[in-house]
Amino acid sequence: MTDVTAGALQVRNIETYYGPIMAIRGISLDVAAGQVVALLGANGAGKTTVLKTISGAMEPQKGSVHLNGEPIHNLDPDVVARRGIAHVPEGREVFPFLTVDENLKVGAFSRRDAGVQTDLEQVYEYFPALRELRGLAAGFLSGGQQQMLAIGRALMLNPSIMLLDEPSLGLSPKYVAEIAAIVKRLNAERGITVLLIEQNAKMALDISEYGYVMENGRIVMEDTSERLKDAPDIQEFYLGMKDEGVRGRRRWKQRKTWR
Amino acid sequence: MEVLQLLISGISQGCVYGLIAMGFVLIYKATEMVNFAQGDMMMLGAYLAYTWINIAGMPFVLGVVATIVSLAIVGVLIERILLRPMIGEPPFAVLMITIGLGFMLRAFAGAVWGTETKAVSNPFSGNVIRLGDISIGYENMAIILGTVILCALLFAFFRFTRLGIAMQAASQNQLAAYYVGIPVKRIYSLVWAMSAALAAVAGVLVAPISLVEPVMGFIGVKAFAAAIVGGFGSLPGAIIGGLIVGIAEQFAGLYLPPGFADTTAYAILLIMLFLRPEGLFATMQKKKV
Ligand SMILES: Nc1ncnc2c1ncn2[C@@H]1O[C@H](COP(=O)(O)OP(=O)(O)OP(=O)(O)O)[C@@H](O)[C@H]1O
Ligand SMILES: [Mg+2]
Repeated sequence: MTDVTAGALQVRNIETYYGPIMAIRGISLDVAAGQVVALLGANGAGKTTVLKTISGAMEPQKGSVHLNGEPIHNLDPDVVARRGIAHVPEGREVFPFLTVDENLKVGAFSRRDAGVQTDLEQVYEYFPALRELRGLAAGFLSGGQQQMLAIGRALMLNPSIMLLDEPSLGLSPKYVAEIAAIVKRLNAERGITVLLIEQNAKMALDISEYGYVMENGRIVMEDTSERLKDAPDIQEFYLGMKDEGVRGRRRWKQRKTWR
Repeated sequence: MEVLQLLISGISQGCVYGLIAMGFVLIYKATEMVNFAQGDMMMLGAYLAYTWINIAGMPFVLGVVATIVSLAIVGVLIERILLRPMIGEPPFAVLMITIGLGFMLRAFAGAVWGTETKAVSNPFSGNVIRLGDISIGYENMAIILGTVILCALLFAFFRFTRLGIAMQAASQNQLAAYYVGIPVKRIYSLVWAMSAALAAVAGVLVAPISLVEPVMGFIGVKAFAAAIVGGFGSLPGAIIGGLIVGIAEQFAGLYLPPGFADTTAYAILLIMLFLRPEGLFATMQKKKV
């Protein structure tokens, strides 16, 4: 049933519900080890729900999720995290009353190995701004700084896979570029596999090798990122947004809280 | 002089309220559940102390440790058996469970230890320190000292240990805590163990100055008022709220007609809800353990 050779993450025919509402209507996707894969789609398509299902925050009614050939769809999210999947959630969700430093250290809560201290240094090296803010409560950071912190916190897990949910949402172009660069660097230097949700389709397709497009809880298109960039539908619905500029995009997507 | 004397007994009574109030706050902050049986947990703690020290004949200190450990285990069992299945249920259902738990604990205590009052042997009773005209009972000293030590330990735990910081994280953002690999469910069990341990200490400390009987846990209602006065969201707030209620009660007993003392806690609560509904420490400490 499962094809182990396909690599790091395999999602097969998952169906996920919010109560009676069917948010995911049978989705399959593959993320090979070392790849950066983009997951695109309009608001409400179900992208976040897919990530939540992978990381164990939601249980699929049907279907399976395999990590390196092992089923993980019945595990609690903390166990999935300890298996090496770091989920950077939509809206960043830092711990607002902990300091930057505490946020990062608590990200390594499940680890006992000696590498924690070096990883902390690494994170401060990736995000020098965070080092200056290390004693400050995370709630006081700007949106961009919180996003860096959320990514840094996820790195402290020393993950093999990162799930990034709209990391550039609401950020200025400077931060968007910085996030894109960091994602590429993490992938190249540390070999971290990335599944990336983005409203900023241009950025996502620029840094990914493969992409999936979702609509109404289904995957409606998948291809290499190169070819997706040239697809007429994508150009019209996703890349067409780029002329509107960041401000327009920011308003287009409202920040909402999950429960 | 009388004022100072009253102040000291007010502080020691307030510490007892504060200890129970911290138990409320700990559980509420972490799990968003209100454990109305917190006062009855203290009652159970007093009876366990009686059992270990007077019946089993343990030396006092060992008996106290045994009381804390055994009540912490009870706390974990309550969480696992009664409350974990309630996750996601409406708050009033959880409320009914914990109110019912209080009834069960009182009935259990009455059945096991009988309804006549008990006294726990302790090294404090009868001894007093005299400072001029003021005399402070050892029991009251023990309560104040015990509370101070416990608060310092809790502060250090939440501030400096990785487990304490993880607990804060879990209460600030449950889902994000899961995502960073914190075993949130085990943290909940631990929170119940800790608040049961607090109740055990309160029970041990209060036993020498109060009668050990099944209904002694009713002071939990006053402690609940104290927790709200303190903002229901902060541990320091819980202690301050407890002290305010405890001290005000003593002075009401002196200056107001008989019978008013027992309503002081609610009077303060009402005044507080009018003046500052979010409680003393709410703005500063919102969502911090
Ligand atoms: N907590 C919830 N309760 C009920 N329905 C929900 C909940 N969260 C999401 N949904 C519904 O599930 C569907 C998929 O939501 P999801 O958040 O996964 O979409 P998304 O693609 O991430 O959208 P966005 O771009 O807005 O983040 C939507 O129709 C949404 O209305
Ligand atoms: Mg989303």
